Amino acid sequence: MRVCFFVTCLADQFFAEAAADAVRLLRALGVEVSFPRAQTCCGQPAYNAGHWDEARRMAAHTQEVFEGCDYVVLPSGSCTTMLRAYSPRLFEGDRPGYEAALDLAGRSYELVEFLVKVLNAESVGRGLAGRRVAYHHGCHVSRELGVKEEPVRLLEAAGAEVVPWEADQECCGFGGVFAVKNAPVSLAMADRKLDTVPEVDVLTSADGACLLHLAGRAKQRGLGVPVRHVASLLWEAHRGG
Amino acid sequence: MAAKGYKAAARRALEQQPEVREAVTRATLHFDQNRERAFGEVEAEAWRDWAAATKRHTLSRLDGYLLEAEQRLSARGAEVHWAEDAEDAQRILRELVERYGVRRVVKGKSMLSEELEVNGLLERLGVEVFETDLGEYIIQLAGEPPSHIVGPAIHKGLEEIRVLFHEKLGTPPDADPEALAAAARRVLREAFLTAGMGISGANFVVAETGTVVLVENEGNIRLTTSAPKVHVALVGIEKLLPRAADLEVFLQLLARAATGQKIGTFVSLINGPRRPDEPDGPEHLHVVFVDNGRTSVLADREMHEALSCIRCGACLNACPVYRQTGGHAYGQVYSGPIGIVLTPGLKDPALADELGYACSLCTACADVCPVRIPLPKQILAWRVRSAGRAPATERAAFRSYAALMTRPRFYRLSGKLLRLAAPLTGAPWLPVLGAWAAGHGALEPSPKSFREIWEEEFEGA
Repeated sequence: MRVCFFVTCLADQFFAEAAADAVRLLRALGVEVSFPRAQTCCGQPAYNAGHWDEARRMAAHTQEVFEGCDYVVLPSGSCTTMLRAYSPRLFEGDRPGYEAALDLAGRSYELVEFLVKVLNAESVGRGLAGRRVAYHHGCHVSRELGVKEEPVRLLEAAGAEVVPWEADQECCGFGGVFAVKNAPVSLAMADRKLDTVPEVDVLTSADGACLLHLAGRAKQRGLGVPVRHVASLLWEAHRGG
Repeated sequence: MAAKGYKAAARRALEQQPEVREAVTRATLHFDQNRERAFGEVEAEAWRDWAAATKRHTLSRLDGYLLEAEQRLSARGAEVHWAEDAEDAQRILRELVERYGVRRVVKGKSMLSEELEVNGLLERLGVEVFETDLGEYIIQLAGEPPSHIVGPAIHKGLEEIRVLFHEKLGTPPDADPEALAAAARRVLREAFLTAGMGISGANFVVAETGTVVLVENEGNIRLTTSAPKVHVALVGIEKLLPRAADLEVFLQLLARAATGQKIGTFVSLINGPRRPDEPDGPEHLHVVFVDNGRTSVLADREMHEALSCIRCGACLNACPVYRQTGGHAYGQVYSGPIGIVLTPGLKDPALADELGYACSLCTACADVCPVRIPLPKQILAWRVRSAGRAPATERAAFRSYAALMTRPRFYRLSGKLLRLAAPLTGAPWLPVLGAWAAGHGALEPSPKSFREIWEEEFEGA
């Protein structure tokens, strides 16, 4: 089984350690991971902004890069959604492009989803015993991919307490181009998340972009909410037992 | 409103009216929780599938159903009018006001009447207008448009209403909600008894029976449509349902989606004016079917499903963007996700250039819509149309970004440059990063890119 890691551009540049933790965890679980070097960006920012010609070029590039991989694993629910649900829409009316997009869609998995659905992992380790965790359900991973219970199950299996959070399924306000075009509303949405987050040791999510938004906002407001990607927590769970 | 466009209005709302964000968030979360509970009590998924299919079917044969409704209504003595646009509808209304010598009008809540600017017209004609829905009455007193399809005064807190009623109706400054409602009732009772015309919207019109269906909780619509001598129902042409039996699901679905009720407190089924053997009801019933942009939405391959909307407001309640500002920031009659999709289609595609981006594409609205309108997909479709009109700088930026991302070597190089430049500047000179830094602090790249970590730690291992 050839498993290719699609780090995604944002993780490559802005949360590289979490992405490395994802690879460390996969390798520790016996998965041989390769890293196609020509990979760049899935194209979602252009897709969501409505610039579909540009998005299509990036999607085609990504299809080419991951040709021949049995699985493509991403440490980002949102970029996975791009490959799985959105990219095929870019090729409507272009049969080979559409088929290539569907083919890649069928092989693409968000990290936690891959652990649970492909590796059938019920636990990756017990190293989070006693940790109080708030889990942010990224919109794409939870609503478009339907991955809601899986991350919570793995965190709980690691001994963490996933603390109820009234706004856990609400959008963080990032939304790609939205954060730039309507910054005040985007920030107010982050504030709603941060103002309701319960007393926890760490705030986590399967979406790094949401976490960059929430962590940046928390820091700017002087809130001491520690934020970590779920890949890092799960790697810690594995190492710690 | 002074604001030009959503962006400026939203910013101003957040900066100057933090209490609106609080009131709207509280109310919409409450509505949304009620909807979730009410959906949970029934086979909501199956109901939604059926309702969506029924609406799609009706829209696909709309001309036939409209003519059927007209025939049934006429046979019972109602007069049916057809209005192509707002101007046309205003002309019809003006003629009716003149024909019956109307000096005073009571109105039931109708979003279509907002679209047609009915109140402005009537005031210009010297007719006194009373909104009789309590929420609508509040905002009429305040001189504001509705901010929510179902809860027009959702943005107002109790204190603000106390002050307003104290000034306008002379209630004590600390009056409790019951006393405020009683004060409104006193004014409105008098209006019901003296008005020469009642104007309503319609939630549904049944084609096979020619029935105008109205759903409400306060009883004001029943009075509006039965006390005055003339009842005028303003009906968007998309409001048709084929059969009376379809109401069984639609009445329940509407109430459950809107407020979490099993059914509205009052449901009126109006089949015509008062018959000789009936003790009450209006002498004249006029039904005005209004297009006002709807046929162009119907003809739009990507947008036509939005005409299935039953105006329950569930997408507004679920929308985290709407919750931050309420409806006024959108600057249009319809706000929230459905407003973003409908407004450019009904009025002007260029309105999507700003409204289309008043959305984080979180897709929460698609999860709750009782008639399964693919709102996020449609909002994105508007963006694709707007992108061609985007400023040259934006288009150039996306072209360069795509060029960079399809050339892996340049991408790798720019990652290195990012790391070299970041310690010096935090990269605020990049427009996007600069905007980001204002709300979040500088976006700091990881000390090493993943690629570098890969080469050091994993390669060949």
